Amino acid sequence: MQQNSSSEPIVSLRNVQKSFGPLRVLDGVSFAVERGEVLALIGRSGSGKSTALRCIDRFEKVDGGEIVVCGHRVDRPDVDLRALRQDVGIVFQSYNLFPHLTIEQNITLAPCAVKGMATAQARDLARKVLAQVGLEEKLHAYPEQLSGGQQQRAAIARSLAMQPKVMLFDEVTSALDPELTAEVLKVIEQLAADGMTMVMVTHEMGFAKGIADRIVFMHRGKVHETGPASILTSPTTPELTQFVGTGNLKS
Amino acid sequence: MSLQLDFPAVLERWPSFLAGAVLTLELAAFATVLGALLGTLAAVGRGTHNALIAGACKAYVETIRNTPLLVQIFLVYFGLASLGLKFSAFAVAVAALTINVGAYTAEIMRAGFEAIPRGQIEAAEGLALSRLQIYWHIILLPAVEKVYPALTSQFVLLMLASSVCSQISAEELTAVANYIQSDTYRAFETYIIVAVLYVILSLVMRAGFWGLGLVLFPRRRRLGTPL
Ligand SMILES: Nc1ncnc2c1ncn2[C@@H]1O[C@H](COP(=O)(O)OP(=O)(O)OP(=O)(O)O)[C@@H](O)[C@H]1O
Ligand SMILES: [Mg+2]
Repeated sequence: MQQNSSSEPIVSLRNVQKSFGPLRVLDGVSFAVERGEVLALIGRSGSGKSTALRCIDRFEKVDGGEIVVCGHRVDRPDVDLRALRQDVGIVFQSYNLFPHLTIEQNITLAPCAVKGMATAQARDLARKVLAQVGLEEKLHAYPEQLSGGQQQRAAIARSLAMQPKVMLFDEVTSALDPELTAEVLKVIEQLAADGMTMVMVTHEMGFAKGIADRIVFMHRGKVHETGPASILTSPTTPELTQFVGTGNLKS
Repeated sequence: MSLQLDFPAVLERWPSFLAGAVLTLELAAFATVLGALLGTLAAVGRGTHNALIAGACKAYVETIRNTPLLVQIFLVYFGLASLGLKFSAFAVAVAALTINVGAYTAEIMRAGFEAIPRGQIEAAEGLALSRLQIYWHIILLPAVEKVYPALTSQFVLLMLASSVCSQISAEELTAVANYIQSDTYRAFETYIIVAVLYVILSLVMRAGFWGLGLVLFPRRRRLGTPL
């Protein structure tokens, strides 16, 4: 069921519905991400950004609508989860490195266990992806020996080692102070420059403006306004105007 | 009234004491390994979505935790006998102790599993690891690490509790003591020696678990964090 003709979007959501009990969190969300595109999901706290992102990797099951990711029909109950998750990399706000494993082991685990990669080859790969995030010297360190920013970069490297077709980032810098934020954002910028397809939930408006090909502004479970990064400087809806006006837009 | 202790009369039976102590340690070793396996499986079972498996595991754990060990031993002993199955007292003792410590291990491991942050499992799922791989690579060792002191104390307690296996004439330390004191009429001396031997066995086990911890948790060794 893999369809990778270049015209197909890598990720597409159509009229996605999701409720938690009586709370309607996604109320007909639609957007698509083309190959090589960087999409930034922005919006106020509770507007459904994380939920939308998690639906893409099926950490949440949708109630209605259609989600297609790299040819996988994610909304269907029979979706091959492990195949989907080999195509999608996800990085969380809280890093979630495995504390009992070294950085190298964190990175080589999935390629070895899931793809059956040989250990020696996986180790080379670990060096390569760590170099990509500027952490070669931390190969044999344990997560708790790293700063927050380094842990987050290691988590990105761990995801990259699975060679995903699209990366999802959920507020990956929210737990970091400005200096550490900058080092993580630099890594993401480089990924974008290398052509990685990405969907990122972010509160860093300046960053979104600089890196995103498209902005999706969510409000009350709906895509309230969408367009190129320029909508951040000239929003059309009062809600986005207010959102970017309340000090969110800083460079 | 004067207390007269005659240790030499009892100590000359040291080969019997030694044999009893070794057998106690063997009982504890077998039951610890098998009980750890059984208990871990039962803890996983209690966490599954299959209501039948989860219910069966819960019933097992609650039954064992609410009945005396001696009664459990008799149930296994006479149960097997009434089925016409003949096993050595040692085998019966290992089986009963395994079933017993498995239930306590299950409770402890369940607490360990619950202490693993949800984010760890999501990160592993996001990397396309299977359910089994997640248990094996991500959950098991950190869970054991979190409950290691409770777990190892339980196994030491098991070794001490194995003294009731003297009731089905497994030749462990307490059983040995029972007939030495009836031979020598030196009960107090005998049980003082046995008590000292149990203390030594406990220390041996604790030392063993400490060493095992160094092997199982290399991060603690590297970073020097105590358990
Ligand atoms: N598992 C859940 N169970 C119940 N309610 C949930 C769950 N996850 C999210 N919600 C609710 O859904 C709404 C949207 O949550 P979501 O995390 O998607 O928001 P968000 O836009 O990412 O917000 P933030 O910027 O604070 O991260 C919130 O009201 C939240 O409380
Ligand atoms: Mg969120």
